[in-house]
Amino acid sequence: MGYLSLTDRDREEMLAAIGVSSVEELFDQIPAGVRLGRELDVEPELTEQEITALFERLAVRNAHTGSELSFLGAGIYDHYVPAVVDAVLSRGEFLTAYTPYQPEMSQGVLQAIFEYQTAICELTGMDVSNASGYDGCTVAADACYIAKHATGRTKVVLAEALNPMVRRVVKTYAPGFGLDVVEVPHRDGATDPAELAAAAADAAAVLFQQPNFFGVLEDAPALAAAANEAGALSVAHVDLLSLGLLEAPGAYGSALAIGEGQSAGNYQSYGGPHYGFLASHTDFIRRLPGRIVGETLDAANVRGYVLTLQTREQHIRREKATSNMTTNQTLLALAGLVYLSWLGPQGLREVGEACTALAQHARSKLQAAGFEPAFPEWSTFKEFAIRVGRPGHEVVAAARARGVHPGYPLGREFAGLDDVLLVAVTERRTPADVDRLVEVLTEVTS
Amino acid sequence: MELIYEKSRPGRRAGRIPRPDVPPAELPAALRRDRPPRLPEVSEPELVRHFTALTERNFGIDTGFYPLGSCTMKHNPRVNERLVALPGFRDLHPLQEDDGAQGALELMWRLEQHLVEITGLPGISLQPAAGSQGELTGLMLVRAYFADRGEGEQRDTILTADTAHGTNPASVTMAGYKLDKVATDGRGNLDLADLRTKVNERTAGLMLTNPSTLGLFDEGIEDVAAIFHGAGALLYYDGANLNAVVGKSRPGDMGFDIVHINLHKTFSQPHGGGGPGGGPIAVRESVEPFLPVPVVVKDGDEFRLEHDRPKSIGRVRGFAGPFGVFVRSYAFMRAYGPSLEEMSEVAVLNANYLLARLRDAYELPYDRHCMHEFVLSARRLKREHGVAALDVAKRLMDFDIHPPTIYFPLVVPEALMIEPTETETKERLDHFVDVMLRIAAEAVDEPEVLHEAPHTRPVRRLDEVRAAKDPIVRYDFGERAARAASGED
Repeated sequence: MGYLSLTDRDREEMLAAIGVSSVEELFDQIPAGVRLGRELDVEPELTEQEITALFERLAVRNAHTGSELSFLGAGIYDHYVPAVVDAVLSRGEFLTAYTPYQPEMSQGVLQAIFEYQTAICELTGMDVSNASGYDGCTVAADACYIAKHATGRTKVVLAEALNPMVRRVVKTYAPGFGLDVVEVPHRDGATDPAELAAAAADAAAVLFQQPNFFGVLEDAPALAAAANEAGALSVAHVDLLSLGLLEAPGAYGSALAIGEGQSAGNYQSYGGPHYGFLASHTDFIRRLPGRIVGETLDAANVRGYVLTLQTREQHIRREKATSNMTTNQTLLALAGLVYLSWLGPQGLREVGEACTALAQHARSKLQAAGFEPAFPEWSTFKEFAIRVGRPGHEVVAAARARGVHPGYPLGREFAGLDDVLLVAVTERRTPADVDRLVEVLTEVTS
Repeated sequence: MELIYEKSRPGRRAGRIPRPDVPPAELPAALRRDRPPRLPEVSEPELVRHFTALTERNFGIDTGFYPLGSCTMKHNPRVNERLVALPGFRDLHPLQEDDGAQGALELMWRLEQHLVEITGLPGISLQPAAGSQGELTGLMLVRAYFADRGEGEQRDTILTADTAHGTNPASVTMAGYKLDKVATDGRGNLDLADLRTKVNERTAGLMLTNPSTLGLFDEGIEDVAAIFHGAGALLYYDGANLNAVVGKSRPGDMGFDIVHINLHKTFSQPHGGGGPGGGPIAVRESVEPFLPVPVVVKDGDEFRLEHDRPKSIGRVRGFAGPFGVFVRSYAFMRAYGPSLEEMSEVAVLNANYLLARLRDAYELPYDRHCMHEFVLSARRLKREHGVAALDVAKRLMDFDIHPPTIYFPLVVPEALMIEPTETETKERLDHFVDVMLRIAAEAVDEPEVLHEAPHTRPVRRLDEVRAAKDPIVRYDFGERAARAASGED
């Protein structure tokens, strides 16, 4: 009977106190014409032990990164998640709390969000971060909405080398926001700053990704400058894992920094729940969507934390709010904070270096085995595009039959890249894993 | 309490990662960062103590009674946390080929079948990340539906109730619609006379929560649906209060065309201090072609994600949705089976029990049986003793009870919105009643105790005005103090 607590005697006493003879009487307010009037036709009730057995049967039918040697990335990555993350997230005081509307009951989560906001600002070089967005796609739509209202313009420019899923979400939101979307094609894997500058005229925002979807390191300062010179907001979509090494978007002039937080402290989990991050210069603080935590004092002048600038929010401003957001991804963002605190600045740099070194090693090894990088002239971070000489999806199927997932077939999203795989190498892969990748790709393409 | 940044010492660290035996990474010097980010530098023991200390300053449903109205704070079964951590779920990449994700897809499909039966609507998208994103997605479907019928320009207005959650009007604006509001009548139902004057050929739809945020089922819902459908408009169901009616009444049978379900409320996703959530939507056949992609499809014994749907509005978030949320909610549903109906019955019984015992000490603005929650007013306490709903809320904290939702819905002055959920014992409910009665008595005898509450939390009442006036939204690493010391500030 699920998780109910009342005894039969409790029920009788409670019905008597209410003054009704049955629970059914309480439902009299539902008109007869809209009542179900029969038992729900759903799967039968199970005990905890039976539920566990059922879910174990379902879970083993998935090829996960513990059962298959995987080089899949393309936005979600198999980075190591330390035990302290699981330990902190399993604490019921965090796990089972609602949004901290009552700050005196919620200082723990409020301080944690304040610390998270600080970490995001440090990494991105920004002044203010919200408490998280849904994911790396929806924060891009949020950025466009901010830009529309900040500039009064109605066009947004997307670099084609921006994750295609992010671009799709922006396009879905655009009609309701009253925005037109323009895309600037990639040139051999990177964005041409001159082309971006031409498209940026009269734009509210220019969105690009660093490293971009192909793993290529863009000339991000030049892309940001292209936006700024046109009076558009420069929006950098970045990977937190790269920011121990790479310049912060705030330092090269971006107005907003956004991205998918999963790589920092979240499991892959078939795509969610994860957290999107969104940070900006001070100028846009009153336009940000979602929760923001601020520092204040209590009645005894002791430092404490509250949800702040709530006049931006739907529960106060209703139709005039900066967004409709209520639920965010606080628990996943907390995982990000714990992970980044576990690594520290030194550890974050080392993870970035390890991934990049392994990915560059894999690229060289594949090249030595006769595979051509799709975009040879650019430096890459933790993933790279490689030509495999056959349709990518066929190579994936053949390699998976040998226990290796060799990467994401770019032909699914990009014309002319049918024989190209996007290969991601995280710090969880070893040089021996790379040798196995080369071996299998050689077998299935020769 | 110190921030983790204030505990940081240069050179200290917790985690180490293996150093691969390959040539070092090469990165263009121009793209490297100038200055390392000031992340915390702490040892693992201190890291664990820091976050443990923070948990001790926080309150969850695991800690105690949490009758936060409209938020459905029910028990979060621990087995669900174990299930979500099974490697086949936790370590599954979202771009894995469908034949390598059959277990995940089957789970999603089974969850969808439950949602179809519970809502009475045949088309499901699991994508939206939260109720508010479900709302926005629903309004995008409304737009696509009318555009497809050539009525896109004509139908530019969405109606909401004056009792609506703030998300409803905010979603209307974000979706590019005009807003009009419908009044509530004396019994807490939509005012049909007001409604009739506002529904016309420009109306695209109505967004309604049923039972409403007053905790009352709209007794005129059949008339409401007939008025909107008669005008060619669509009905949107805000599923925030679905916990009252599972197995009793289905939004599809009430006449709604598009519904969002808050998985983190009705189907027990732990909310983690603000999220995650899940906001799947269910729709009528006529709206189904416009659903976001991808959708889960069953072909014989095989499951796949379908991306090619010509009339789809597109994608509203990454991948197929917040999968971990689906694992927990499907497990929760299986723990009940058809007795999900009993879940709603007990939620309604618990709420009515509290209502019966508290109605005399506080004011009840709508004198009816409630559904899963009810709204009291502290108006009399305020008028006669200067004690506001806020004071009552803060005083509850001293008894280790999380306050109810306050000052909402807006149509009730000094509102206290109380939702006990189905998982509480009678002893917990009785204790809450005792405390609420004691507070009502204190309001008469010693109101200053309430004005100064809370007395037992880690902090006293916090100054929210100060926080918003000169916002400090990140640690400044001592820069502000240094500026002040040098006389710059």
